[in-house]
Amino acid sequence: MPQFMLILKETPGAYKKLSPEEIQQMIQKYRAWAGKLAQAGKLGNSHKLMDEGGKIVATKNGRLTVVDGPYSEAKEVVGGYFIITAKDYAEAVELVRDHPHAPMGTIDIREVDPMTGAQ
Amino acid sequence: MIAAQEQPVRELVEHLFRHEAGAMLAWLCRVFGLKKIDLAEEVVQDTMLQALRQWSFAGVPAEPAAWLRRTARNRAIDILRRQSAFHKREPVLAEMFQARQQAAGSTTLDDPIADDQLAMMFACCHPAIPADARVALTLKTVSAFSVVEIARAFLMPQATIAQRLVRAKRLLVESGIELSVPPAAELGQRLDSVLQVIYLVFNEGYTAHHGEDLVRQDLCSEAVRLAQQLAGDPSTSRPKVHALLALMLLQGSRLPARVDSRGDLLLLPEQDRTLWDTGLIAEGMQHLEESSTGKELTTYHVQAAIAAVHAASPRHEDTDWRYLVDLYDQLDSMEPSPIVRLNRAVALGMASGPEAGLAALTQIENDRSLANYYLLPAVRADMLVRLGRFEEAADDYRRALALPCSEPERRFLARRLEACGVPTAATRDA
Repeated sequence: MPQFMLILKETPGAYKKLSPEEIQQMIQKYRAWAGKLAQAGKLGNSHKLMDEGGKIVATKNGRLTVVDGPYSEAKEVVGGYFIITAKDYAEAVELVRDHPHAPMGTIDIREVDPMTGAQ
Repeated sequence: MIAAQEQPVRELVEHLFRHEAGAMLAWLCRVFGLKKIDLAEEVVQDTMLQALRQWSFAGVPAEPAAWLRRTARNRAIDILRRQSAFHKREPVLAEMFQARQQAAGSTTLDDPIADDQLAMMFACCHPAIPADARVALTLKTVSAFSVVEIARAFLMPQATIAQRLVRAKRLLVESGIELSVPPAAELGQRLDSVLQVIYLVFNEGYTAHHGEDLVRQDLCSEAVRLAQQLAGDPSTSRPKVHALLALMLLQGSRLPARVDSRGDLLLLPEQDRTLWDTGLIAEGMQHLEESSTGKELTTYHVQAAIAAVHAASPRHEDTDWRYLVDLYDQLDSMEPSPIVRLNRAVALGMASGPEAGLAALTQIENDRSLANYYLLPAVRADMLVRLGRFEEAADDYRRALALPCSEPERRFLARRLEACGVPTAATRDA
């Protein structure tokens, strides 16, 4: 069964104004979504990325450069990822439809290439 | 990190975040000082957001409340270290380690932070803060409602609430208000202001101006929770606190029966009393009992007694109307009000018959504060119906319908008008 990576992107500070009650409801929605997928055997690994820090490595004129980033002023940063199982993109989109992150930012869905996993 | 499949599913206690946010803010204000309330609010919000981000991926920890308090404490320690004020505040910081056992439904028993929350309630209802801002400040600070939630609950523009809060917070910081439960000598008066705010919050939730709204139900339960905290602490457990708590519990017990399936308001005679919450009634009666220990008799006592008369009547016709008349007389002598006299007339109409009720109504008919109050003609119409004077009753129902009232109330009056069986003005003239 194909695997898909959900890449959760958000605007820094998007959650800042939520009330404690709304935050609790949001957590409950997240858990309900993950629980539903887990029960159907469609949920793989997931991780949140650290909020602070981050480095961007690049090569410029043959020289390696390392800078801090992405900055919190950035328009969108990757906040975390989920791996899910679905038979095709259509099903993957269906599964993400009620993901609680959807109203707060964007979710990129990308199919994992099964031929490329390191052993 | 554990894979999602292996996580046990843990449910969060209802309103846990709201209640913990209030508790942590009170505690942090003692750690940093009330003047640094903005910093304290920031720490609370950061803690909540950290929980959101981590728990969304990793699941809810075994002891969510302890996790929140530990995280807030660690942030506080970081901030104090930077200010090199850590050692001075160490004893206060140690208390966070005694974070209560998180037990579902338990309020504040054995919680070292409970005192801070009471102190915060007194600070928010301090006489130096304008009366109209106390409610908003209490809901924001003690109950962790957001500006949006307060505005929605009170049907007011967000900007108005936000402005009030800014003003109130500035006073809180600048008036040198202390974060402590007032000493016994001052307690009585300061408590009055707190109880007033709590009852305002409750009434706002209870008076269903606008259909069903969860936020408004939240107001009722939040008011009850605050009163329970006062009643549960030896330093503030005064008879009038129990009286207000009894009043709110007894009135609250009727909430499930107050609207029908269409969302229409049902008055006492029409309510299905089997829907009344017997648990709340029992708790209310208990507090009414505890309220009758002192010498002081407040309007809360009398109002609670009135609510208890209804709660104790299995059927509308079993109501002890005679006793109700006495209670309304007592209430009117303590705090004269045409609304109370209107209610007294209703009780008298039931106890001694509709003629007696009508006679009582004539005494308040010309009261200017009732000039736009639809219940006055509606009550009179009701008594006229019982006397078989349907034409006059219909006129009064029409008068009531011409006055401002909510949609469910309007439908209720229209139903009553129809039951009079009198042709409407339009068909009569035709």
